Amino acid sequence: MTDRGKDRFTKKVYARPKSLVDVKSHFCPGCHHGIAHRILAETIDHFGLREQTVGVACVGCAVFLYDYIDVDVAEAPHGRAPAVATGVKRAQPDKFVFTYQGDGDLAAIGTSEVIHAANRGENITVLFVNNTTYGMTGGQMAPTTMLGQKTSTSPYGRDFRKDGYPIKMAELLATLEGTAYSARVATSTPAQIRKAKEAVKKAFEMQIKEMGFSIVEFLSTCPTNWGMKPLDAQKRVLGEMSEYFPLGVYKERKQADFL
Amino acid sequence: MNVAARVEQRVFMKGNEAICVGAIAAGCRFYYGYPITPQNDIPEYMSAHLPTIGGTFLQAESEVATINFILGTSASGKRVMTSSSGPGISLMQEGLSYMAGSELPAVVVNISRSGPGLGGIAPSQGDYFQAVKCGGHGGYRMPVLAPHSVQEMYSLAMLAFDLADKYRNPAMILGDAIVGQMKEPFTQTPYVPTVSQEKPWALTGCAGRPRQHVKSLYLKDNAIEVHNWKLHRKYLKMQEEEVRYEDYHLDGAKIAVVAFGTAARVSKTAIQWARREGIAAGMLRPITLFPFPGAQLEEIAKRVDVLLVIEMNTGQMLEDVKASTTFHDKIRFLGKPCAMPTPEEIHGELRKLAGRGR
Repeated sequence: MTDRGKDRFTKKVYARPKSLVDVKSHFCPGCHHGIAHRILAETIDHFGLREQTVGVACVGCAVFLYDYIDVDVAEAPHGRAPAVATGVKRAQPDKFVFTYQGDGDLAAIGTSEVIHAANRGENITVLFVNNTTYGMTGGQMAPTTMLGQKTSTSPYGRDFRKDGYPIKMAELLATLEGTAYSARVATSTPAQIRKAKEAVKKAFEMQIKEMGFSIVEFLSTCPTNWGMKPLDAQKRVLGEMSEYFPLGVYKERKQADFL
Repeated sequence: MNVAARVEQRVFMKGNEAICVGAIAAGCRFYYGYPITPQNDIPEYMSAHLPTIGGTFLQAESEVATINFILGTSASGKRVMTSSSGPGISLMQEGLSYMAGSELPAVVVNISRSGPGLGGIAPSQGDYFQAVKCGGHGGYRMPVLAPHSVQEMYSLAMLAFDLADKYRNPAMILGDAIVGQMKEPFTQTPYVPTVSQEKPWALTGCAGRPRQHVKSLYLKDNAIEVHNWKLHRKYLKMQEEEVRYEDYHLDGAKIAVVAFGTAARVSKTAIQWARREGIAAGMLRPITLFPFPGAQLEEIAKRVDVLLVIEMNTGQMLEDVKASTTFHDKIRFLGKPCAMPTPEEIHGELRKLAGRGR
């Protein structure tokens, strides 16, 4: 074997992002928070923003963001992360400000805050992790729970006549003038993870270029509360969840339409 | 005549506007709010003046959002203020609890109105319990200042910022429609800071230091118990160091009025009338409602025949008066929920208590 060949096999191609703290994950097996965290940390590193970032954590499993991402983080009351992020960004427009929120937080108790932050064109980035349930509190029905889905508070399955329909936040927020970027991604296959990272990069760029509000919705899993094995949970995301919550970019502002 | 006295300006303004002038003098450059009567002069003043001095005014979609804008800007290390009235202050209780738990300073002004519910826009002191006992969850306290003049709307606004920073805690100014809307002259004394405004805990990006968090969640072992005792010690320190009150003609008084804010202001006129008639009346006027001047009240209770508690509600501070003294038989109460008592009414009560004809 030549030296050249040896180099090829010892070259480092993948490493822990600098912005990801080196601790053991406490999340359940098959949960996607770890993947979303890694994408977030990689993107912070990509733009060299670690020391200029303030994150806002929400209530629910997502709150533990601050144990994993090596940046300053404020903790918001349930649903209020976009309002807290507004207060941070208005006070420090030179900082990169993001929120990291679950679906109960963003799409139920926090709908007012996220809609008005988007409508103001608040120059912040929202990472929205949708796993169709309240994970931390024990798998109750969320506004994103699928029709027919059984949860601890919809034991007979979600019925639209009683509980309405799963809410599509990426589409809804894309209708607002202040939204610069809105996309829905999934992280159940390596190809999807690559696409998700591209979407998060775009969302970051919108804020860096001061073009307005940006959001990336992640279709995620909660095998523990879904009562599924991790692999079956991936299949659910790739199947019924992606059918109802289509992946794609719903709004992407070009510099030209902004000016 | 010293230099400071010469530059002091005498100005004629509404109480609500004087709060804004005091806040700006104290270095507040961020104000967020949502419209509600009778405090709209405050956001209107701030929306006109802050942008001209490099500050930020932002109207929120609700008081729930407002208090969280406040939380974010406070966490950024900046002096920040909001104002509202009863119904809006109710919506801020969640955020105030989080800010107390996260140890974040801010000034919150309640130009209170009549309640409960939508109530009315008449002046009232019905928010005493909510302000002083703290209406949010979990058990916390905050300094509550009760101005009774436009002069104090100005000076207590400056003090509120210092107390908030000193204790890393929200501080409240509790006014009402009268003290907010009335115009009178006041002296624009310069702001003299009494605390350091350095905030090494602020979230400014972790350049050159480890990352830090502003949070109120403590799940590990007994961390939340430790945190609660830490906060408790802070509230004890407020009680030791921050009691403020006015002694109005209490020397030799036989009847001591106990009143705050507008009720105290009106009482001063009635007390002057009574004293001209030889009635030995005076007043203990709490300026801080929390911490309450309980020890001072007990000293006065020993010396007087009557403690006349006057409030624009059905008896809220009255409970703190009762808790502060053992002389319960000396306590009388005059309540006017949702209206200002007139000097005549209070004067009549003083005459009655002094055994004079009405």
